[in-house]
Amino acid sequence: MERFEITLPSLHVSALQQSALCGVVSSGNLEVMIEANSTPESCHFEVNTSADGFQDIWRAVLADFSERHKVGGLNISINDAGATPAVVSLRLTQAYEESQEGSDA
Amino acid sequence: MSTQQEWNTLGQSRTRRLERASKFAEGKNVHPDHIVQLLEAVLEPGDRLCVEGNNQKQADFLARAMVQTDPQQVRDLHLVQSVLALPEHVDLIERGQVSRIDFSFAGPQAGRLARLVESNRITIGAIHTYLELFGRYFIDLTPQVALVAAQMADRQGNLYTGANTEDTPAIVEATAFKGGIVIAQVNQIVDTLPRVDIPADWVNFVVQAPTPHYVEPLFTRDPSLITETQVLTAMIAIKGLYAKYGITRLNHGIGFDTAAIELLLPTYATDLGLKGKICTHWALNPHPTLIPAIEAGFVKSVHSFGSEVGMEKYVAARPDIFFIGADGSMRSNRAFSQAAGHYACDLFIGSTLQIDLHGNSSTATKDRIAGFGGAPNMGADARGRRHASPAWIKAGQEARGDTYMPRGQKLVAQVVETFREHMEPAFVEHLDAWDLAKAAKMILPPVMIYSEDLTHIITEEGICHLLLCRSDEEREQAIRGVAGYTPVGMGRDKRAVENLRDRGIIERPEDLGIDTRQANRDLLAARSIKDLVHASGGLYDPPKKFRNW
Repeated sequence: MERFEITLPSLHVSALQQSALCGVVSSGNLEVMIEANSTPESCHFEVNTSADGFQDIWRAVLADFSERHKVGGLNISINDAGATPAVVSLRLTQAYEESQEGSDA
Repeated sequence: MSTQQEWNTLGQSRTRRLERASKFAEGKNVHPDHIVQLLEAVLEPGDRLCVEGNNQKQADFLARAMVQTDPQQVRDLHLVQSVLALPEHVDLIERGQVSRIDFSFAGPQAGRLARLVESNRITIGAIHTYLELFGRYFIDLTPQVALVAAQMADRQGNLYTGANTEDTPAIVEATAFKGGIVIAQVNQIVDTLPRVDIPADWVNFVVQAPTPHYVEPLFTRDPSLITETQVLTAMIAIKGLYAKYGITRLNHGIGFDTAAIELLLPTYATDLGLKGKICTHWALNPHPTLIPAIEAGFVKSVHSFGSEVGMEKYVAARPDIFFIGADGSMRSNRAFSQAAGHYACDLFIGSTLQIDLHGNSSTATKDRIAGFGGAPNMGADARGRRHASPAWIKAGQEARGDTYMPRGQKLVAQVVETFREHMEPAFVEHLDAWDLAKAAKMILPPVMIYSEDLTHIITEEGICHLLLCRSDEEREQAIRGVAGYTPVGMGRDKRAVENLRDRGIIERPEDLGIDTRQANRDLLAARSIKDLVHASGGLYDPPKKFRNW
């Protein structure tokens, strides 16, 4: 088990996000939860992972995600049960898109 | 002319062998108890021997008999067969009866084979593609003795190979017409065969095996094990490759990545309006995961290398799709289907374990000599091809630009997740194949797809159109650009990759208009083996190990 937090710069979210929960923890899978916070120019990640020793890869995945999407002002909590970076990226994107839904109106 | 030239030494050899064997047979008929003695009588030191080991069907009874022969007498054999699948095939090497092998694939025995090579117990001639080995059967690797498997024989020795005909015609034709001896194990001897697949006068001996020959269900993929990443890469393949080129004629490799594509045809591809425009004509074994696409009317024709356990009834009930005899059962043929995959298909797509910075890919790892079967043959541009198709011409124009002489190109794609299980990167600086070649003293590293043939790589990061690259540097960055967070991917030049993306050489899912929220197992037309049985109207009868209900 490893737990760490990272705060990364990102553009402010375009609209008020609704909390979104996407994914369930199971073998090779993970849980992502998105909530609003009070720091508009950065995104705060909290990662709980069952696999030790992959912090560099996590940082790279999360940095790309914060660069590609406007997630400033969000807290993103990740519970990982040994997912590959592919699954992490996919889940993050799915959770982000899910949280965008309904907020455009 | 002072000396008399003898022109029929092969015929005399055959006569000699048949005479020695005659006391262990009644005509062509051999009692199972006498098979070991018959093999000892027929074989001579130095013989090239084929113990029919296909991808699927195995002459297992005859292989077991071979390891009971006297090693003092039956020795110095040169094994020439497409697949080393059974433990007995390798036992023959350990027993010192086989000193040289030429083959195509050794998946299940790959580890043992590697150890025998390292300890100098065996010499590997070469690891061939199927077509290449069959070709050599007719040039310089013709077997003196072939041990084959058929479903039934009649009293004259005609053989019915049925749905799993596979390699048998190629093996028997080469052997029977070059002075060799053909021995067939059959499950059943009957008065009248459903049809004749191999004529009796090409067969010297028939033995009824005490148990039916083994068939490996190699092409069954349980949809319940398909991941969402594989759904995503399948969406990328359908939109970024199949739709873009209008690919109608193709072959899929074995694996969950391509199974996911098959299961997205009735859903995602249909929603995109692609029915009738892609994936109509196939060189493919009867993959259970193709059932929903067939039922949805997506597929017009399938020719098969072999059959698949449990698919016999379904296949027989779809004679418009598969190649079915007048008797009502399918006939497969590995040689013809490989030729079809090479010359008549516009796309080969499959998975691999490692891809290097040039785009060479291999499934070889350090301690396993596995070979690749048909992939190198189907995953290679057919330089002899002379007929045009829109997909082939488009790929050729992209790869070569406007050249004086117009030519097309085969589309060859590898689909991988950037990390395999246990966080093993699929992208590497150097293939393990180099280490294996060194350890096994091979002249060539075992590469499955050469970089010059590879046109596309698909990962969860997107698709790269390697055929649009104009320099080695561009190619390397295109590969790094879809290699994700592997060391190779992290080593990318970000600006170069963004430039490739601007030029459409790399396309991310969002560039293709793919909504990743759809990358969900709900998009699969079947999510379990049971769903496949339902889709087949109960005709698909999966092997026990795939049933969990």
